[in-house]
Amino acid sequence: MSDLHSNTVAFVAGSQIPPSPPPAKDRGAVKWLRENMFSSVANGILTVIAALVIITAVPAILQWAFIDAVWSAGSLSECREIAAANGVEGAFACWAVINERFNQFLFGFYPNELLWRPVLAFVLMFVAMAPVLFRSLPKPMLWFSAAYPFLAYFLIWGGLGLEPVESSKIGGFLLALIIGVTGIVASLPFGVLLALGRKSDLFFIKTICVVFIEFIRGVPLITLLFVASSVLNYFFPPGTALDLILRVVIMATLFSSAYMAEVIRGGLAALPQGQYEAADSLGLDYWKSMRLIILPQALKISIPGIVNTFIGLFKDTTLVSVIGLLDPVGMITPIRADSNWNGLVWEFYVFVALFFFAFCFCMSRYSMYLEKKLKTDNH
Amino acid sequence: MTDATAAAAPTARSTMTVSDEVAIQISKMNKWYGEFHVLRDINLTVNRGERIVICGPSGSGKSTLIRCINRLEEHQAGKIVVDGTELTSDLKNIDTIRKEVGMCFQHFNLFPHLTILENCTLAPIWVRKTPRREAEETAMHFLEKVKIPDQAHKYPGQLSGGQQQRVAIARSLCMKPRIMLFDEPTSALDPEMIKEVLDTMISLAEEGMTMLCVTHEMGFARQVANRVIFMDQGQIVEQNEPEEFFLNPRSDRTKLFLSQILGH
Repeated sequence: MSDLHSNTVAFVAGSQIPPSPPPAKDRGAVKWLRENMFSSVANGILTVIAALVIITAVPAILQWAFIDAVWSAGSLSECREIAAANGVEGAFACWAVINERFNQFLFGFYPNELLWRPVLAFVLMFVAMAPVLFRSLPKPMLWFSAAYPFLAYFLIWGGLGLEPVESSKIGGFLLALIIGVTGIVASLPFGVLLALGRKSDLFFIKTICVVFIEFIRGVPLITLLFVASSVLNYFFPPGTALDLILRVVIMATLFSSAYMAEVIRGGLAALPQGQYEAADSLGLDYWKSMRLIILPQALKISIPGIVNTFIGLFKDTTLVSVIGLLDPVGMITPIRADSNWNGLVWEFYVFVALFFFAFCFCMSRYSMYLEKKLKTDNH
Repeated sequence: MTDATAAAAPTARSTMTVSDEVAIQISKMNKWYGEFHVLRDINLTVNRGERIVICGPSGSGKSTLIRCINRLEEHQAGKIVVDGTELTSDLKNIDTIRKEVGMCFQHFNLFPHLTILENCTLAPIWVRKTPRREAEETAMHFLEKVKIPDQAHKYPGQLSGGQQQRVAIARSLCMKPRIMLFDEPTSALDPEMIKEVLDTMISLAEEGMTMLCVTHEMGFARQVANRVIFMDQGQIVEQNEPEEFFLNPRSDRTKLFLSQILGH
């Protein structure tokens, strides 16, 4: 057998050693704990401290948010009475306010009898996004996706027989989604064009793209929103004033497409020069090589950065509360001003945070799914 | 150095014919990288069916020379005529030439996001407007020729280097080129994979493909080349038939180069 060679130089393996499983300490849960929790003394101490923190904090949070919480009441004082009657001492969550102002958080001051319209638009949004996000769905569904923006506009703002609704009535998460989703959808193609423009050999196109990206990226979004809300009207002929929401959407799109361009430029730069040369040598022209060879790869590399920008843009929609639009954060001020609910703070922000977290988490998970699906090297 | 292919030397070459028709005409061609004069007064005529091996020390301009032929590099002075079309800054001419000239790279440059079959059908479908079914049939034909039809639905990252380079050759052939350029096709390969790629190139040569090949595979040069060109410092220093080139190199630079690469 194979131990013969220890003291000889010339050696021939006499037989193939059969495979055997690793020792018990390198398998399953024991291995995981050893590698991740107690790999060293310092790591072990940190594990114990972290466990202690979790054991003390989590029950307190659960106590506040669920066990002691009051779910329905007409005002803060009523909340307190119910809590006292339940024998609660100390802090508790008064979710009753969310419960009572739920529609305002979702839709702003959208007329109550017409709420089915934004709800329908919201549901159809998923139908429209599905074929774009999941390529295995039937191709003709993309026609619906293409028509969706017009349909959604028609449903939300009305017209053509539907009762019109003014922009000033639109608020809450509806507004956040309108700005966020439009910005996200529009900023990707703009970002791609800006990134390609910045890498272009054509001097003027390159200069325009560089100046645009550097300017927009170098200015706080708040200032752009103020420009949208006040200054922009001076540039349009009288009487043609664009809707405020539209102006804000344009600014948010421009802002994130500048970021997007830089993210995608990073992806373009990461591709080996050989990919460009191979595409050229096969006779593909510029647009074909970009579309078929370069962009599919560059965008794939940029997925984490792109989704990062999407998430950033979506959360930045809360900034529109500064210019008086009633997005979820903007909605908090008028509700707190109501004497019934005066004194509550945490509940509003926790609720709004959870909403944003849910959407951003979905985006993050989707991007991980996509990265995995597009992985083509080994396995 | 793999000289496995050298044994069969003269017999293989005698079956290949060279026509009088000119495939590539390069005259007084010069190129600079900034201030650096990479290619100096290159004159080269390649007839249809010729198999030319270009060798020389690194930095001698041999890769740049063949990259000028399909305009991956731009030359600043002189004239290059490929298949009757002159290379100018006219994009139409460049596209015409690139359709007729296939190229294989040192690092294969397959498209990693596409399957092997898609790699091979992409250009015929989008550049030549071949119907998909026909392009796929052609692709399978050439994949069989390079002996990897069973890998057609894998991705490049799942193949060995030698297999990838053979796919790259098949991908170029799918465009039915009249001229093939090889830029150090075996330099990035493990020794045991070099032979499979060279075999593919030899069978291509036997079918009469016009080939320009930058390589240090001297066994390949002996077996298939009808002309060997030695370049140094941006110039064509010496060119000759392979027998003469290897047995009686004339310039000192060639002698030095050959002694270095054949001496180990």
